[in-house]
Amino acid sequence: MSAPVRRSPDSGGHFGPYGGRFVPEALMAALDELAAAYEKARLDDAFQTELTGLLTTYAGRPSPITDARRFAEHAGGARVLLKREDLNHTGSHKINNVLGQALLARDMGKTRVIAETGAGQHGVATATAAALLGLECVVYMGEEDTRRQALNVARMRLLGAEVVPVDAGSRTLKDAINEAMRDWVTSVERTHYILGTVTGPHPFPDMVRDFQRIIGDEARQQVLDLTGRLPDAVVACVGGGSNAMGIFTAFLDDTDVRLFGFEAGGEGVDSGRHAARMSGGSPGVLHGTRTYVLQDEMGQTLPSHSVSAGLDYPGVGPQHAWLHDTGRATYAPITDTEAMDAFALLCRTEGIIPAIESAHALSGAAKVGLDLGPDAIVLVNLSGRGDKDVDTAAKWFAVISDEDIVESAVAVVEESPQDASGQGW
Amino acid sequence: MRGLTEVLEAARAEGRAALVGYLPAGYPSVTGAVDAMLAMVRGGVDVVEVGLPYSDPLMDGPTIQRAVEVALEHGTTTDDVFTTVRDVAGSGAPTLVMSYWNPVERYGVRRFSEALVAAGGAGVITPDLTPDEAGTAPSDWLGATDATGLDRVFLVAPSSTEDRLRFTAEHCRGFVYAASTMGVTGTRSAVGDSAETLVRRVRAVTDKPVCVGLGVSDGNQAAQVASFADGVIVGSAFVRALLDATSPEAGVRAVEQLAGELADGVRRGRS
Repeated sequence: MSAPVRRSPDSGGHFGPYGGRFVPEALMAALDELAAAYEKARLDDAFQTELTGLLTTYAGRPSPITDARRFAEHAGGARVLLKREDLNHTGSHKINNVLGQALLARDMGKTRVIAETGAGQHGVATATAAALLGLECVVYMGEEDTRRQALNVARMRLLGAEVVPVDAGSRTLKDAINEAMRDWVTSVERTHYILGTVTGPHPFPDMVRDFQRIIGDEARQQVLDLTGRLPDAVVACVGGGSNAMGIFTAFLDDTDVRLFGFEAGGEGVDSGRHAARMSGGSPGVLHGTRTYVLQDEMGQTLPSHSVSAGLDYPGVGPQHAWLHDTGRATYAPITDTEAMDAFALLCRTEGIIPAIESAHALSGAAKVGLDLGPDAIVLVNLSGRGDKDVDTAAKWFAVISDEDIVESAVAVVEESPQDASGQGW
Repeated sequence: MRGLTEVLEAARAEGRAALVGYLPAGYPSVTGAVDAMLAMVRGGVDVVEVGLPYSDPLMDGPTIQRAVEVALEHGTTTDDVFTTVRDVAGSGAPTLVMSYWNPVERYGVRRFSEALVAAGGAGVITPDLTPDEAGTAPSDWLGATDATGLDRVFLVAPSSTEDRLRFTAEHCRGFVYAASTMGVTGTRSAVGDSAETLVRRVRAVTDKPVCVGLGVSDGNQAAQVASFADGVIVGSAFVRALLDATSPEAGVRAVEQLAGELADGVRRGRS
């Protein structure tokens, strides 16, 4: 079997050669403060009770697992169990991390939170938590993504957040992170940066994973209760990798349980238009951490591509890099087309519209199921719902004309929530 | 050619602060950047910082970002940076490279150090590498710079704790880079009190020279900072002069003129 896997990083936040802190000195004090506050909160009953309360009564946890019997017919007959993070408040797993960090921000005396967002899921979750706790909120989003995800821009604004379109660089998630970091360097005294995934400088990879591990902790018990045994494989999509670390963590010591992370293969790894860091990237430093990065010979970050904005990122969480190198988890790309086919399949077989991010995991799960056969149990993290992706999917499958979509999106963004007579929403 | 330490000492002996000027390699072109850097030296810059263009410059404001994006679009490479260093160092001014960490690691930490020495470079400023990571494999920047004798400049910030000031200053060679304010690069209308406070705090823990960067853009600000620092670092204002110029020749003239104004400033600082 593989080498022992370190679950918590060392004091400097390293997972093997990965992780660490590659940031301007100006942020070091804030990261130390955050690490100390998190360490305290982790062991603090009052904090944990408050967080659990919010996760239960506000976010809707625990999320169920669903036996996807009709979908399973397309997965070699293996038993496919979906962990339903799509049913959480705000529609994805992102809320788990955001509630934890927003409480921490409040406890550290910060009055303002900032976030980056790609698909908009993390931005919406952050805007939600900020509204709940009365914190000022600014969300940085690549200009390209504000177009792809206009509905989520509207949602964030309705929730009272300021959305700043970032027109630097490739105008996507990586540039939104750069801009959020620049804001944070300038405003760190009163601002907490709610990073949305398991990457960035220590302690983010550690902390975000811990806030997300509830997914796997719940699912492991749910699978045991339902089937009387552990699953043979646990499957997740990997952008930054927080939903994957969230469901993997509970199973790291179960060495008979295989872990699969599916990255965005875009138009194919050979095309150069993808976000497959493990198969198409190499170790480097990006956004404060050492990990697998899409980069050229000079170390310049290469633009990523995916039909899914949430997976369209040239880096990946450092613990995934380590799980990859040690062989504890297996990573493979899923193309845009494969993901969209799985998206359609889940819609038609289970009556569930998944996020396109999660559709990468579904496609991967079907492959794993075919490989392992009908006796296998495959647990899939259905990390988010596809409401935000209806435009993209409708265009992809040509179920609606471009003009209809553009008009409806513009109407949603431009209309005020209520009309003069108080009608609306 | 004089080294960085000698130049800083010579400025100190003249009773003034040294003037450090930054421009990115490759903007408006590789040779155009060299021309502008040589103009800085003619105008009175004592030390040149050559920026290595990087796709994700998270310590830089819009001015430097824009120039760097153009440099990358033109295909500026790490080897072009070494060529630039060689041509600028030929003027006699100590020449440093300012680089985000990933391009250094990608080139190979030891190989990068050796290539820079071969080009006549004096050292490297690393805005996103602190001594914490500089001592760990696979970075091992401390080892590579010790082996090659390159100066290595780390940053301190107003938010740095006493312990971190001491730790960072201990690992600096050449000078300590004091970031005057909490923020990214860019010109500012006023240099706040935080710079002077920070320099005082650094001097309490080290005898090494302290140069101040971020936000200095004119002669008066340079004079103000020169009254308490060993060196005044100016970047965005030089880049701005190039960006605003109607032609490369006009840009070179504007850079030389600005260097002259700043050089006067650092000489007024302690009078």
